Amino acid sequence: MSSITLQNLVKKYDDGFPAVNDISIDIEDGEFIILVGPSGCGKSTLLRMIVGLEDITEGDLLIGGERVNEKAPRERNLAMVFQSYALYPHLTVYENIAFPMRLTKGQFTKEQIDEKVQYAATMLELTEHLDRKPANLSGGQRQRVAMGRAIVRDADAFLFDEPLSNLDAKLRGQMRAEIARLQRELNTTSVYVTHDQTEAMTLGDRVAVLKKGLLQQIASPRELYEQPANLFVAGFIGSPSMNFLPGTVEGNVFSTPLGKIEIPDRAAKAGAGRDIVLAGIRPEFFEDATQLSDVQLSKGTTFTAEISHSEWLGNEQYAYVGYETDERVADALQNLAEEMDADELRTQLVVEVDATSRFRGGDSAELWLDTRRMHLFDPVSGENLTRDEEAGAELTREAREDRRRDAERFAAAKKD
Amino acid sequence: MASNGKLTGRQRLGWTVLTVVVLLYALFPVAAILATSFKTQADLGNASFLPSSWTWENYQMILVGDAQGLFLTALRNSIGITLIATFIAVVLATLCAYAIARLDFPGKKIILGSALAVSIFPVISVVTPLFNLWRNIGLYDTWPGLIIPYLSLTLPISIWTLAAFFRQIPWDLEQAAQVDGATQWQAFRRAIVPLAMPGVFTTAIIAFFIAWNDFVYGISLTSTEAARPVPAALAFFTGASQFEEPTGAISAAAIVVTIPVVVLVLLFQRQIVSGLTQGAVKG
Repeated sequence: MSSITLQNLVKKYDDGFPAVNDISIDIEDGEFIILVGPSGCGKSTLLRMIVGLEDITEGDLLIGGERVNEKAPRERNLAMVFQSYALYPHLTVYENIAFPMRLTKGQFTKEQIDEKVQYAATMLELTEHLDRKPANLSGGQRQRVAMGRAIVRDADAFLFDEPLSNLDAKLRGQMRAEIARLQRELNTTSVYVTHDQTEAMTLGDRVAVLKKGLLQQIASPRELYEQPANLFVAGFIGSPSMNFLPGTVEGNVFSTPLGKIEIPDRAAKAGAGRDIVLAGIRPEFFEDATQLSDVQLSKGTTFTAEISHSEWLGNEQYAYVGYETDERVADALQNLAEEMDADELRTQLVVEVDATSRFRGGDSAELWLDTRRMHLFDPVSGENLTRDEEAGAELTREAREDRRRDAERFAAAKKD
Repeated sequence: MASNGKLTGRQRLGWTVLTVVVLLYALFPVAAILATSFKTQADLGNASFLPSSWTWENYQMILVGDAQGLFLTALRNSIGITLIATFIAVVLATLCAYAIARLDFPGKKIILGSALAVSIFPVISVVTPLFNLWRNIGLYDTWPGLIIPYLSLTLPISIWTLAAFFRQIPWDLEQAAQVDGATQWQAFRRAIVPLAMPGVFTTAIIAFFIAWNDFVYGISLTSTEAARPVPAALAFFTGASQFEEPTGAISAAAIVVTIPVVVLVLLFQRQIVSGLTQGAVKG
């Protein structure tokens, strides 16, 4: 178990394209870090640089305080779970898990190897499958074998390269919980690459959001969600994603294509004097105004909008409100959509309301907006104008506390 | 064939008839030669398919009788030359195909292209210059004198089959092994070689057949028993008198040289079976 330090890492390919550009991250011992971003953002490349399968063009990589730039993968003592699982098809499950130990001749006795394999198999519920070949296993079982191979290593860190992307949705949920439990139990530093934000939000102590090889923000999932650094992070994190409503701030009034909305002082100050800004509003910041008490209503702003259609999902309900976008921000939004791998720019507001609300397409509805939680962004630079650094840092600090408490809890449980 | 669902009765009948026709077409000549090899000299011209009386005479002649010297040395030459040529071809082709499938280097296309070009070159057009060259440098009528031309026959096809096969191997495995603590060589030997073996076996068998069946080089580049392989030696069989064709002996010899081929296929059937890589990756 070790810390991993990335110092200004750069990866340039022969054509000069920087796949990873000047990324610095300090990964603490025992921390679970997620690298997330749309395809082509360099997250997998970064992981492969850490494990040693890609050369580092510039910068330093430290594992446990020691520089390992030039070390071969086998000398770095890291364990990796591949997207394709990379199980050895000619070996049984037992031999697959034992493989790393078989490579270190003489270091382990037969009994030690057996003990470790059995331990990993028990932990992953693979005991009855030890004699089978990978070809005869289900996707989830293969996934667990790949993890077993990592566990027996006593590696300094686990690296995961989109390990769940080949599983179906239900299994993915199970394995996600499994990985989270294992990581806490073993308290091993982990770096996990994914493009799935559910995995990012649920697993990570901290999440690093990458775009085109550049680190956008690294923070706890809560901070990313509540205090995104820029337009890209705000749009990428959250599902359904954040609405971006263009408008102009005049005093405490925000004029949007949907009408005038009253905003709190803090936002008003941030947006003052700007030609146009984008308001980032998450779908759940809205509510059906008819269902709220006066006390709650007074905390936000109410406005009327025409619902184009709605989707009822049982536990929640999405309503869609169309609007004419402002041409001055059309380019910025189109760019953003492309960067996030989305097909086209949406000119409709997604509103999440209580499942009991009776919203129908064509209705004119009273919507309440929690203006305290919305953010204002500069459409050109993408900068978050209303970001509260301290509140964000506090959220990440809390996440670190949570992790330490978890680690102590598991350590105590082990002793018993 | 039909990959989904069962065949209907009519389809099955159609396929059966077709299979029988193809089998008859392919195996009838073999059966005819087999039958001929058991005929006596007098029986050869009797125009019936089966011999009127079965005899081992012809086999005796080539294995222990008059033609023994001619046939057995030729058989030894054939086996030796073919095995050496196959071995060299497979080793070289494995290294070459590994590089082609695995590494990015300039001239990759040229190597594959020239391999193909060599293999489509008609053998007969190179034989005469080769004959002169071999005589001048002393390779005429020697084992290396045949092994080298055989390589030109076997290498291109070996490189192509192996390169195609290697491309299917999930290279993640090699990287996984390296991360697991293996050196490059260990990763190759313990993760890749076991997967590559079926491909290498298949290639070796194909290369063996090509070299084993060659006639043009065998007859043109040899003059004595020092290096003459079986297909060429058959042409030198003589009957009891100059008016008798040694058809029976030739048939027997033909059957004998077919046996190694059949044995090889039966022996390595299991290794040839593909699908070993299934389950290595994804699901």
